[in-house]
Amino acid sequence: MRTIPGGCAAAVLLWTIAAASGEEVQKQSFWSQWAPPEVHGFWEARGGYRLQNDRYQKDMSVMETRFQLDLFTYTDWAEFKYKGDVFGDWVQEKGRYQTRETWMFFRPSDTMDVKLGRQVLTWGTGDLLFINDLFPKDWQSFFIGRDSEYLKAPSDAVKVSFFHDLANLDIVYTPQFDSDQFIRGEGISYWNSNLGRTAGEDVHIHTDKPDRWFRDDEVALRLYKNINNYEFALYGYHGFWKSPAGQNAAGLATFPDLNVYGASVRGQVGKGIGNAEIGYYQSRDDENGDDPMTANSEMRYLLGYTQEIGTDFTAGMQYYVEQMLDYDAYKQSPGMTRDEFRHVLTLRLTKLLMNQNLTLSFFGYYSPSDKDAYLRPNVHYKASDRWSMEMGSNIFFGDYRNTFFGQFRDNTNLYAAIRYSF
Amino acid sequence: MKALVCWLTVLLTAGLAALPAAAQEAEAVPSVDEIVQRANHMAYYQGLDGKSAVLMKITDKNGNVRTREFIILRKNGDGGNQKYFVYFLQPPDVRRMVFMVHKFAALDKDDDRWLYLPSLDLVNRIAASDKRTSFVGSDFLYEDVSGRSLEEDVHELTQVTEERFLIKNTPKNPASVEFSYFTVEIDRKTYMPMKMEYFDKSGTLYRVIEAKKVEPISAKEGDRQVEYLTVTESVVKDLKTGSTTEMKFSNVQYNLGLNDDLFTERYLRRPPREAMR
Repeated sequence: MRTIPGGCAAAVLLWTIAAASGEEVQKQSFWSQWAPPEVHGFWEARGGYRLQNDRYQKDMSVMETRFQLDLFTYTDWAEFKYKGDVFGDWVQEKGRYQTRETWMFFRPSDTMDVKLGRQVLTWGTGDLLFINDLFPKDWQSFFIGRDSEYLKAPSDAVKVSFFHDLANLDIVYTPQFDSDQFIRGEGISYWNSNLGRTAGEDVHIHTDKPDRWFRDDEVALRLYKNINNYEFALYGYHGFWKSPAGQNAAGLATFPDLNVYGASVRGQVGKGIGNAEIGYYQSRDDENGDDPMTANSEMRYLLGYTQEIGTDFTAGMQYYVEQMLDYDAYKQSPGMTRDEFRHVLTLRLTKLLMNQNLTLSFFGYYSPSDKDAYLRPNVHYKASDRWSMEMGSNIFFGDYRNTFFGQFRDNTNLYAAIRYSF
Repeated sequence: MKALVCWLTVLLTAGLAALPAAAQEAEAVPSVDEIVQRANHMAYYQGLDGKSAVLMKITDKNGNVRTREFIILRKNGDGGNQKYFVYFLQPPDVRRMVFMVHKFAALDKDDDRWLYLPSLDLVNRIAASDKRTSFVGSDFLYEDVSGRSLEEDVHELTQVTEERFLIKNTPKNPASVEFSYFTVEIDRKTYMPMKMEYFDKSGTLYRVIEAKKVEPISAKEGDRQVEYLTVTESVVKDLKTGSTTEMKFSNVQYNLGLNDDLFTERYLRRPPREAMR
């Protein structure tokens, strides 16, 4: 194997393999089974500023230069991947490293796949709305204008998939709870209900996070089948609310126990693609809804439709509802301001120009019940096969400071980035 | 017939065979329907399945070059239906993305298309129904690559030379396409579509596709050793934009025995070995 930058990653891969193969292999044959590693990645510079003053934050919303290294190799029996980012973050004033992926994948039989290690996981039918996708999200990256790749945070998990004519089954086991990168006041201000005001760097949210290996674990299941290219799926999840949904006596934010049961379907409807998804969020620490310090159970519903409306021009709309269950019990506690129903409409427009090298896109969330909105316009240009640049904005509106998007209105920002890929 | 159009895609398809009779048939002129059907077969349906590495070079009018490199798998189904699996290698920003198509021959049924984005582990359904849009930003259109149903056009044999048939293809539904008609030159011996010319609504030639290199590819048909003639180099020129795309096929293989399962979500998320090397 050649010496490559990121030798430690390679070492991790090798170690994984050696452990997995579990046998003494002669040096010669060990090396010769490997395909030459594929080395890729990018370098990127990204900067953004708030378009208004936020008394709890810097004017810079994002300011970083980032290097991503992506290594891949395989043998006859498995595939290995490493992807990691090193970046200098001028907003937080520190150098940072994140392993995005380190996994091995193998097919032990014709009817089974296994992927083991740190990996990004996605399922479900929503477009930037998630009901049955309980894998961790990085909302901080999303709101400050990092590449959309970073919305999905990795899981340290094993995914085992079984394939059968009747249906396919995915099982994802995460031995230690992976929460969202939720908004905690770092870089983005939020509504602090304890203080009854907006807070930011002055008051970070501190959590009591479940973190015991193999006890505070998560299991996610998907049973799915394609019938004439209509994709049907049933889902189950056993774990925790992914972002804080409660508070303990010490005033720490908590991740209460959560089960989710859901279903979805996606397929051609008319000229476009339609999707529907539903989920029952069973908040197991507050099944009756009478504990004001723990989120109530919810029903979540989604309907979506996407269609091409012109040459290289696509439009998609979604209607999403969160319904709080046991709302009467919730209302009996003082100071409770949430509505029973939260309605959200989304619109996505994507237009490709200049031989598909220029992408104009818009994504907007609008909630008529919360009277708030979040708009994400973006212009992306591929100057060459290697150089690309983009510019975009995260725009928050809200009549109230305590609604989901309204609390972020001082975070409205404009960003630009340039990237070299190899 | 427009299907012929696509000889580019040829590689993907295969099947025909037929060649012993070619010498004889060169004498008589078959019906136009037979010509276009055989040409369509040559361009898109040879073999039971096929595989090729594809290198695209897109050169704009200013001489800027962009490349696309991918591996494409194709499997024939019943009644002209086909499945495609496209695994991207270059450029870096699309590397490892997978584009999967279930193509339906019936005019009233849209193809089903999926795109897998590995960095998000996201399986997207593509809503695009317009087949006359650019394929991966090149001058080839989606329809050039996947084929155009013979039912879409009226075919006329307008000229027979010593070497070629010239077919004029006029769309039955002119509003559905950007051309008023297109012509195809088909080799009389092999039935390979060799050149296509597209004329706009004012009758001006604006787009030319040409097969630059045709090679016999050996394959097994059961126990029998056969050769499939395959276009391994083609070029499309857009005379309006001044842009040109060259497409080269390498490592072309037929009748690999690809399983239908390869064209499902399982392999979309983790591509099969066949697609990756």
